[in-house]
Amino acid sequence: MTIALLTDLHANREAVEACLAHAQQHGADRYVFMGDYVGYGADPEWVVRTVADHAARGAIALVGNHDAAVAGSLREKLNADARRVIDWTREQLSPDSRSFLAALPLRHEEGPWLFVHANGWAPQDYEYITGTMEAGRSMRATRSRITFCGHMHDPVLYHMGIQQRVEQFVPVPGSPVVLSSARRWLAVPGSAGQPRDGNPAACYATLDEFDNLLTFWRIPYDHAAAAAKIRAAGLPEALARQLEGRPSR
Amino acid sequence: MSAGLHVMPGDSIDGFLVEERLHRGGMATLWRVTQAARPEQPPALMKVPSLGGTDDATAIVGFEVEQMIMPLLKGPHVPRYLVAGGFDTQPFIVMELIAGHSLRARFEQAPLPADEVAAIGVQVATALHDLHQQNVIHFDLKPSNVMFRPTGEAVLIDYGLARHDRLPDLLAEEFRLPLGTGPYISPEQVLGNRSDPRSDLFALGVLLYHLATGQRPFGAPTTVRGLRQRLYRSPVPPRRHRPDCPEWLEEVILHCLEVDPERRYGSAAQVAFDLLHPDAVVLTGRAARAASEGWRARFGRWFKANGGAPAVRGAQRQLSRAPIVMAAVDLAQEWEALADALRTAVRRVIAAEPGARLACVSVLKTHRIALDVPTDDEGRHLHVRRLVELQHWVRPLELPADRVTCHVLSNVDTAEAIVDYARTNGVDHLVIGSRGLPTMQRVLGSVSARVVAQAPCTVTVVKAAVVSAREADAAA
Repeated sequence: MTIALLTDLHANREAVEACLAHAQQHGADRYVFMGDYVGYGADPEWVVRTVADHAARGAIALVGNHDAAVAGSLREKLNADARRVIDWTREQLSPDSRSFLAALPLRHEEGPWLFVHANGWAPQDYEYITGTMEAGRSMRATRSRITFCGHMHDPVLYHMGIQQRVEQFVPVPGSPVVLSSARRWLAVPGSAGQPRDGNPAACYATLDEFDNLLTFWRIPYDHAAAAAKIRAAGLPEALARQLEGRPSR
Repeated sequence: MSAGLHVMPGDSIDGFLVEERLHRGGMATLWRVTQAARPEQPPALMKVPSLGGTDDATAIVGFEVEQMIMPLLKGPHVPRYLVAGGFDTQPFIVMELIAGHSLRARFEQAPLPADEVAAIGVQVATALHDLHQQNVIHFDLKPSNVMFRPTGEAVLIDYGLARHDRLPDLLAEEFRLPLGTGPYISPEQVLGNRSDPRSDLFALGVLLYHLATGQRPFGAPTTVRGLRQRLYRSPVPPRRHRPDCPEWLEEVILHCLEVDPERRYGSAAQVAFDLLHPDAVVLTGRAARAASEGWRARFGRWFKANGGAPAVRGAQRQLSRAPIVMAAVDLAQEWEALADALRTAVRRVIAAEPGARLACVSVLKTHRIALDVPTDDEGRHLHVRRLVELQHWVRPLELPADRVTCHVLSNVDTAEAIVDYARTNGVDHLVIGSRGLPTMQRVLGSVSARVVAQAPCTVTVVKAAVVSAREADAAA
């Protein structure tokens, strides 16, 4: 079983299409979406419909803070650009999509895994895992051996051995990592729809369940087209520049 | 975690039948096992970590590291990985059982003759280079971790301290003590730096020193203070122990044992290259310097230069800094323009990497089979003349003597000689000229085209300016 892990899709149709096509080529037979399907990008309805279709066929879909904001709660907690996009997004979404978002769960536990958008200690508060301290807090708050989360847009892999020290590793795209069972892990695949590390390629990860292999990927896609759509929709210029890998300061 | 202590002959673990205990060490026990469902398969080796001892943390993490790295390794210089079991039940790794013997036995016979030391060194360096090319640094090279297959290839075993460039280093932060084996550990490992493949070259130097002299260059310290002495104290030059140890071998060994990794060989392939070509080893007076200057001064320089900080990160990055570049030089007089163009191309290739070594090769075409060394006067004369021409060709590149070698090969088949040389010497990049005569090529097949097809490395084919090629075509 190969599980594709996508998070922070942010209404970026081009990026999501590219990741899903890549996952399919690599034999993914299960999908987990870890939230933030909307916000920032120009194709919220298409992305939410795509996630909902996968969910109808058995995929796991969790709620992110942007989804919660669109569905009704949480709008006030976002920054000004995000709020403006949320208001625009609400107009774009069909009633079906809005109710799909409103019904999503915060977390999903299964065997050794915990899937959650923000963190393992209080998913509903959407606090960020910005380093080893928060990663340790999250790992200690759950019994699951492996936590997968989104919310942070840069890919990173935290791990904690028997001495309880938390280490941070910046994954090398395409190089599988064996998730040793003597260790606890917290993996952030990175944002599919809005990478922020200067490399415009979309982030996602695959988990080979049988061999316990986690692979982080960077998938190039037509980010110029996605940026052009953001401009055409009259959304903030900064969001378009972000996709081009040259955020305005 | 209490599992793992009670494996017994006759046990069945994950479909493997435990037969006989082969070795019991501090960190693990090794068992010979067979596959219950496939008895026709050759016996395999099962490694079971020793848990419950005082060294639990190191044993567990070392075992995790092996479980991460071994499945990714390929080729004849590593044991083939079969399967692993996790920590939830019975931790183990099953791998190929190497039929050959360990290098340890040879150590009891040291000192060995220089040619045997060099032959062993070539095998081990070749295996190390292969491992480094797979992004892995071993960090625990020692005689008991080197096996030889019946076919002669060295196999490196035990990856409990290893590091893979592209995987998390589970050992880096976990332990405060230097990780390695006392006699073999490199100065930078003593300082806690685990990112330089040249640490393995230091261990290789210790190994060769021992084989050549019967002595350990730094003894067998067991305390951190004892380990740190190698940062300051030079080993006794090998020829003091063994006056019959040739100077070139002493030079190679001390080159590996430089305290500053930047002053060691750039890659294991470069070590193998020197051991294969004793005549080409440039004597730099390392032995005399080591004796007079003392290494405290050298360490001080290194430490001042970079604060002991690693100069590189990872095996792959260091290898890319230290390629072996081969120039296959066509010295026929009418092809002077091509030889010039070849030199320009070679200059570009090596300019980018100050650690690059250049091997200039020219082939004397013979009409007799198996004429490796010219035996008659005429042959010797031709050989020397070609060598002098080759040295003349490379002189404008102004490379220091220890970065360039010139070789004249004799062979009936030029392309075959070039490809063989590249393969035997671990060449990374081959630069060759093409005469570009379409009519001739159609009949005979060009040397450069055959080299491109058969070489085990990257090949750059150089052409002289189009005009001169056309002129030559017309002339031909």
